[in-house]
Amino acid sequence: MLTKRVIPCLDVKGGKVTKGVKFKNNVELGDPVELAVKYSEGGADELVVYDITASAERRPIDIKMVEAVARAIRIPFAVGGGISSVEDMERVILAGAEKVSVNSLAVKNPSIISEGAKAFGRQCIVLGMDPVKSEKCPSGYEITTRGFREFTGMDAVEWAKKAADLGAGEIVVNSVDADGTKAGFNLEITRLIAEAVDIPVVASGGAGKPSHLVEVFQKAAADAAIIAGMIHSGEYTIKEIKAEMAQSGVPTRLRW
Amino acid sequence: MIAIVDYKAGNLTSVKLAFDALGIETVKTCDPEVVRNATHVVFPGVGAAKSAMENLEKLKLVDAIKEAALTKPFLGICLGMQILFEESEEDGGVKTLGILPGKVKRFPNIKGVKVPHIGWNEDYYFVHSYFAPIIPETTIKCCYAEKEFTAALKRGTLTAAQFHPEKSGRLGLEFLKEWATC
Repeated sequence: MLTKRVIPCLDVKGGKVTKGVKFKNNVELGDPVELAVKYSEGGADELVVYDITASAERRPIDIKMVEAVARAIRIPFAVGGGISSVEDMERVILAGAEKVSVNSLAVKNPSIISEGAKAFGRQCIVLGMDPVKSEKCPSGYEITTRGFREFTGMDAVEWAKKAADLGAGEIVVNSVDADGTKAGFNLEITRLIAEAVDIPVVASGGAGKPSHLVEVFQKAAADAAIIAGMIHSGEYTIKEIKAEMAQSGVPTRLRW
Repeated sequence: MIAIVDYKAGNLTSVKLAFDALGIETVKTCDPEVVRNATHVVFPGVGAAKSAMENLEKLKLVDAIKEAALTKPFLGICLGMQILFEESEEDGGVKTLGILPGKVKRFPNIKGVKVPHIGWNEDYYFVHSYFAPIIPETTIKCCYAEKEFTAALKRGTLTAAQFHPEKSGRLGLEFLKEWATC
């Protein structure tokens, strides 16, 4: 049976993994390669690595870091941050990443999704989105970009459908309201997106304890869930999270 | 020497890195002669069947691949397994290598079932929208979207996997090691 994926997220800044709340107040956690190895050996189903300052610093993604991660782990990983063209995507994929994540760039230039899907296959193209509660949009959620700094006026569900039509292989729904709160995923927006598209949906933002993952898989139809603070802090291990998933009847990979 | 066939159908980096991690030397090649002289051949692939077949023809690799698949330890991965079959529904229908019997089809559209099939199933990592039929040589069966399909097969010296052993953690590495040392 296809299992629900647990995906640790590594936000990299200045060569170190960091963790912030609502994209602010980042603290350093360690070396990305060391953490990638630790989590892949600890049972992670996939990893996502964001070069969180690449866009702001207007520089391409740190390819050396991507290569080092690819060399060190034997599970799939996605890379995001600092991607501004199909050429950038190609560099990341040739460095050994399975997937490339685009977010603000795709809002500005949606054709990057179709160009990427055409060049590398849709399974390589992940659309990341940062929806926030808003009465202005029919679904009740509006897309923000540049780490919550800009409101776009775009409806989150409409954007998800459009991205899927353009060729996105997967959508990461990162709830800005829930991010860093450890109070649980935003089930409402995750479910709205998961039911609107026929590609996998990854929930992100708000995971604080194992039951939050159980909840997002059982109640919000997520296919995968991103975790960060709850394992970075050492509060929980992936093994503990998966044990609780299994106990609750959520299909999960237990042999690794 | 293990040759990894580079026919511009997806990224070979992770396949090579997995063998590196096992301490097994490999060479990436698009040269039919290198494929003919290799002791083992890895035939990976990500992407679409049609462009994969076009690239194989352009690079004059079709005969070398067919010969290798029948005569020496050969490992088809993902699309590299699918195009060993007779035909694929992809891109409106494509005639493929025809080494294995049957047709590769797309997963049906079922409400609530996401395609591509992405993730871990039977302890291995899969990413695909099309699936190969069950044949007598199937060694690992898998089920998705109400379809049973071949996850791995073995026929003589030919091994093939729909999943990505190079991305399937320790069990994937064991799969590659077993194949490389056969």
